[in-house]
Amino acid sequence: MVKLTIDGIKVSVKEGTTILEAAKEVGIHIPHLCFLKDINEIGACRVCIVENKGMNTLLTACNHVVQPGMEILTNSAKVRATRKINVELILSDHDCKCATCVRSGNCSLQTIANDLGILHVPFKTIAEKNRWSMKFPLIRDASKCIKCMRCIQVCDKIQGLNVWNVSGSGYRTTVGVAQNRRIQDADCSLCGQCVTHCPVGALRERNDTDAMFRAIADPDKVVVVQVAPAVRTAWGEAVGLYKEEATLGRMVSALKRMGVDYVFDTTYSADLTIMEEGSEFIERFTHKDQYSWPMFTSCCPGWIRFVKTQYPEMVPNLSTAKSPQQMFGAMIKTYIAHKLGVDPDKVFSVSIMPCMAKKYENNVPEVNDAGHGKDVDLVLTTREIARMIRADHIAAADLKEEPFDDLFGIGSGAGVIFGATGGVMEAALRSAHFLITGKNPDPDSFRRVRGMDGWKEAVFGIQGVEVRVAVASGLGNARKLMEAIKKGEVKYDFVEIMACPGGCAGGGGQPIHDGVEMAEERGQILYGLDRTANLRFSHDNPAVLQTYKEFLEAPLSHRAHELLHTDLTTWTLDAELE
Amino acid sequence: MSRLDIKTRDKAQMTVEGLYRDLERRIISSPPGLCPVDMAQSFLKMCHAQTCGKCVPCRIGLGQLSNLLEEVLDLSVDTTLDIIPLIEETAKAIRDSADCAIGTEAAKMVLRGLDGFRDDYIEHIVNHRCTESIQRLKQPVPCVELCPAGVDVPGYTALVLEGRCADAVRLIRKDNPFPTVCALICEHPCEARCRRNLIDAPVNIRGLKRYAVDNCGTVPAPERMDETGKKIAVIGGGPSGLTAAYYLSLMGHDVTIYEKRSQLGGMLRYGIPNYRLPRERLQEDIDVILSTGVKAVTDWDIGGEQMAIEELKEKFDAIYISIGAHTHKSIGIPNEFAHGVIPAVEMLRAIGDDEMPNFEDKEVVVIGGGNVAMDVARTANRLGASKVSIVYRRRRDDMTALPDEVEGAVAEGCQLLTLKAPEKIDIDKEGNVTGLWVRPQIAGETDKAGRPRPMDAQASAEFIPCQIIISAIGQAADTTNFEHYGIPIKRGSIVTSTSSQVEKVPAFFAGGDCVTGPSTVINAIAAGKVAAANIDSYLGFHHSIEVDIDIPEPRYGDKNPTGRVEMKLRQAGERGSDFGEIEIGMTCEEACQEAGRCLRCDHYGLGSFKGGRVEQW
Repeated sequence: MVKLTIDGIKVSVKEGTTILEAAKEVGIHIPHLCFLKDINEIGACRVCIVENKGMNTLLTACNHVVQPGMEILTNSAKVRATRKINVELILSDHDCKCATCVRSGNCSLQTIANDLGILHVPFKTIAEKNRWSMKFPLIRDASKCIKCMRCIQVCDKIQGLNVWNVSGSGYRTTVGVAQNRRIQDADCSLCGQCVTHCPVGALRERNDTDAMFRAIADPDKVVVVQVAPAVRTAWGEAVGLYKEEATLGRMVSALKRMGVDYVFDTTYSADLTIMEEGSEFIERFTHKDQYSWPMFTSCCPGWIRFVKTQYPEMVPNLSTAKSPQQMFGAMIKTYIAHKLGVDPDKVFSVSIMPCMAKKYENNVPEVNDAGHGKDVDLVLTTREIARMIRADHIAAADLKEEPFDDLFGIGSGAGVIFGATGGVMEAALRSAHFLITGKNPDPDSFRRVRGMDGWKEAVFGIQGVEVRVAVASGLGNARKLMEAIKKGEVKYDFVEIMACPGGCAGGGGQPIHDGVEMAEERGQILYGLDRTANLRFSHDNPAVLQTYKEFLEAPLSHRAHELLHTDLTTWTLDAELE
Repeated sequence: MSRLDIKTRDKAQMTVEGLYRDLERRIISSPPGLCPVDMAQSFLKMCHAQTCGKCVPCRIGLGQLSNLLEEVLDLSVDTTLDIIPLIEETAKAIRDSADCAIGTEAAKMVLRGLDGFRDDYIEHIVNHRCTESIQRLKQPVPCVELCPAGVDVPGYTALVLEGRCADAVRLIRKDNPFPTVCALICEHPCEARCRRNLIDAPVNIRGLKRYAVDNCGTVPAPERMDETGKKIAVIGGGPSGLTAAYYLSLMGHDVTIYEKRSQLGGMLRYGIPNYRLPRERLQEDIDVILSTGVKAVTDWDIGGEQMAIEELKEKFDAIYISIGAHTHKSIGIPNEFAHGVIPAVEMLRAIGDDEMPNFEDKEVVVIGGGNVAMDVARTANRLGASKVSIVYRRRRDDMTALPDEVEGAVAEGCQLLTLKAPEKIDIDKEGNVTGLWVRPQIAGETDKAGRPRPMDAQASAEFIPCQIIISAIGQAADTTNFEHYGIPIKRGSIVTSTSSQVEKVPAFFAGGDCVTGPSTVINAIAAGKVAAANIDSYLGFHHSIEVDIDIPEPRYGDKNPTGRVEMKLRQAGERGSDFGEIEIGMTCEEACQEAGRCLRCDHYGLGSFKGGRVEQW
């Protein structure tokens, strides 16, 4: 143990503890901006500086470890003055038009500047001019970037795609696309992890809320919305609701208040995905030598983009089943429109997703099979829908609960856990067990694939047959797994991969909490919903059963193939199509 | 007001002169990878501050040029490629019409930049960023970047500071299997741009390495990896060949070195005198290298009856050629083959095998101004010469020898005769040398490399009486056999790619002096390391060389200016007559102060962001 004092308070902490952590243990929260634990400990912003008695130079609390006998001052006159100047300098290199910033109210720089009582910046503004394609789903506003370097680190260390890097020199040093590429050519997966780890408004999704409002206002359009499982765990965070208040019913109600005609649940098509993908797996598994192994899930477009750029030879291993978003889209403009008695050409199909890569997926020409324009016309992130609720001054806490619209609002617990890492695998195994044995297993018997480990594996015996599965989340973990497969170090039959750590619950389109990883907590909500659900098997979902009976006939039928499967090898990577 | 005043400097002037010195050191510590356009703009701004203000081109022109460059660089300004001719024309106008050098030289700097890094200008104008090559190098750890072998300098200085000398040696060996040799004689390019220059002076990096090797005890080589069954021949057992052999052997390959002379070491044994690199210290490194299982065949000549290259090719999976540059160049003056004229390489080679020439009471003239010239001059002194003169056709400042070596030679009593071009050698009836005629030179206009060209001073020739003339005017590689085999040769050196692979001749790699021409030991080592990595890949492997040593965290404290600990030498009078080592290592106190001066660029600055160290290769 190392003994020291911080602001006169005696502290005893483990060797190797940083000054920042040591201070926190005694309730002293040293302001910091660029620091991100284990990811960005580079002391770039110099906001967390403290005085070490006896030294002239100040130390950054985030990346200096305690030493015995240190006397640390976090608020000496020198620290106060220096910290303030450093924040003022950052503000001079930042477009401070907070009123028009997507992160206003949720910006670490704004908070620190306010806390320090900075009412005036004495320096000339040198914020960089912004040049960026506003069509791309990921927007970087150079004028807002404070060069904390977190985006570079997250992409390097967590996602392993190295999209970003330091660029330029002198005061023009900034963040740019690595290797002098255009973002369009940088193999960006569009996972959005750089966005959710940006402390300010320099990174965000393309704003598509205006298109949604236009569609709602258009009397010729029937706006049909699907809501992804993970969205229900997080939407309330961005509209000021407590976890308990942010119910599914209130979300449906908010959308209806906004003027949406029908609100359905993507969980329905998650169940449909399980029927198709599970059947496909069994088909492949029973004809093992006709396929290359393992089979990969294909519901995460960030992962699809990753495979297509990093391991193109493995694309045939991906399931041909479309993602729940696209299956829903294909059904909306065919079967569902028919059931609702609506002209499919008038349907404006919208998905609300925890994801930015979905804004790419719905625009891929090859994915649209219903024959009425795009199957999903517009994708909005959780953050965008929260902004729209606020824009429509809807007091979410006061809303009455409303159910999803009939039939296609029914989803199983298995479909709900799609939003957490391991969920797709668990749901698939539940149904695979049924398809093979004709009996439902204990729904929790595949729980070993749950949890926040980046790379999980398990072997399950179903009727004497061993199925080797693996689950990874985060593209850095995905790469490790892929390399191990390529080198023959591991052998699996079925692998689920989600681009974002923790799965969609931690998706790049979810509300942002600086310095806090929310995926696990949100995932727990999904597992809670599954546990208390009446329906826990995709193949028991009555809406799914009715869909097959009335329209699709059976999993992998000709029509199912036409509408619910896709050839991923033909998919473009162009993310700027409309 | 008196009629005349003694010139004094006021406080402002004294202060600004101090700042000039700070800036000079700051420029010295510029690492590779800075934006050249940005630097050009910054230089220009300073040049503009120097203008006296009288003339238009300088007063206004330099300012406007600076504005144009700022426009190129400013991320908020959109400009077009038309700005380049405008900059060019403006700079030319200033160059051709400014009244004095303040203006003309500033404009020339801009023009040189437009020529030398035009791509960078274009990239900034079109894409508002630096070129990829600049981005890639951005702010590396200077000492590591400048070490050809990429030795982890901040890592081992930190270990020395904690007294962990054995770990320091292990860490050095990750990139360089010659810690002892380099501790004694490396030219230490690592020190050139040390960031410590910003505060006072570079860290004495070589001195710290020397402290480590002098105090580490016996440090065995790391464990060899699993046998691969691949066989590799290394032709030439100098620093480059031994380095390649060491790493390839660690990777599990079966390596055999074929050496022409009777002992290993190459120029380290047959070129560098004992007083700089004692043989037993050289042997320490060689022993560790051989301990990894490297086999060595000595007294073996390539292409002779012993083994043809074709045969070698059949027996081995890959071949590394590292034969060095051991043949001398001729002086090209009358009587150059007279009795008493000795090529420096031959003299040093004989000494390497303990055959000492006798110069007792002889007057010796050394021709040349490089490190080899200094080595032979100082060696002649030790062999009993009554007088040693070093004849060089340029000035002392133009010598390619390290300043310390020149100073050492002078201190030991060698006489420098600069600006003298050898003209002819006088001989007696038996054909023995009696003296050297030299023609006085003046330092003329500067050549492209920046050295003044020696020109005939139009003065009468001078005679230097002597019995021995040692020519040290350069070496070359003997590549005849390889040329016959089909290895590409250009200007006497083997041609390879930067991966050290001989293009179009599969399985052959080459490096060291036989590729670069005579160069430094650390360059030879680096070539061996590069070859080892690429031979391993060529054979279909990816063994990584790494070392498991935790690098100590930096100590906290202010960085106050502190004197650099210089290496001490034995007194010139005492050391000049024996072959004992002349340098004395640091004391513990000196080493600790010096290691404490390291700014730990691996940890601070961009080092903390991009890692600051290459943990494996």
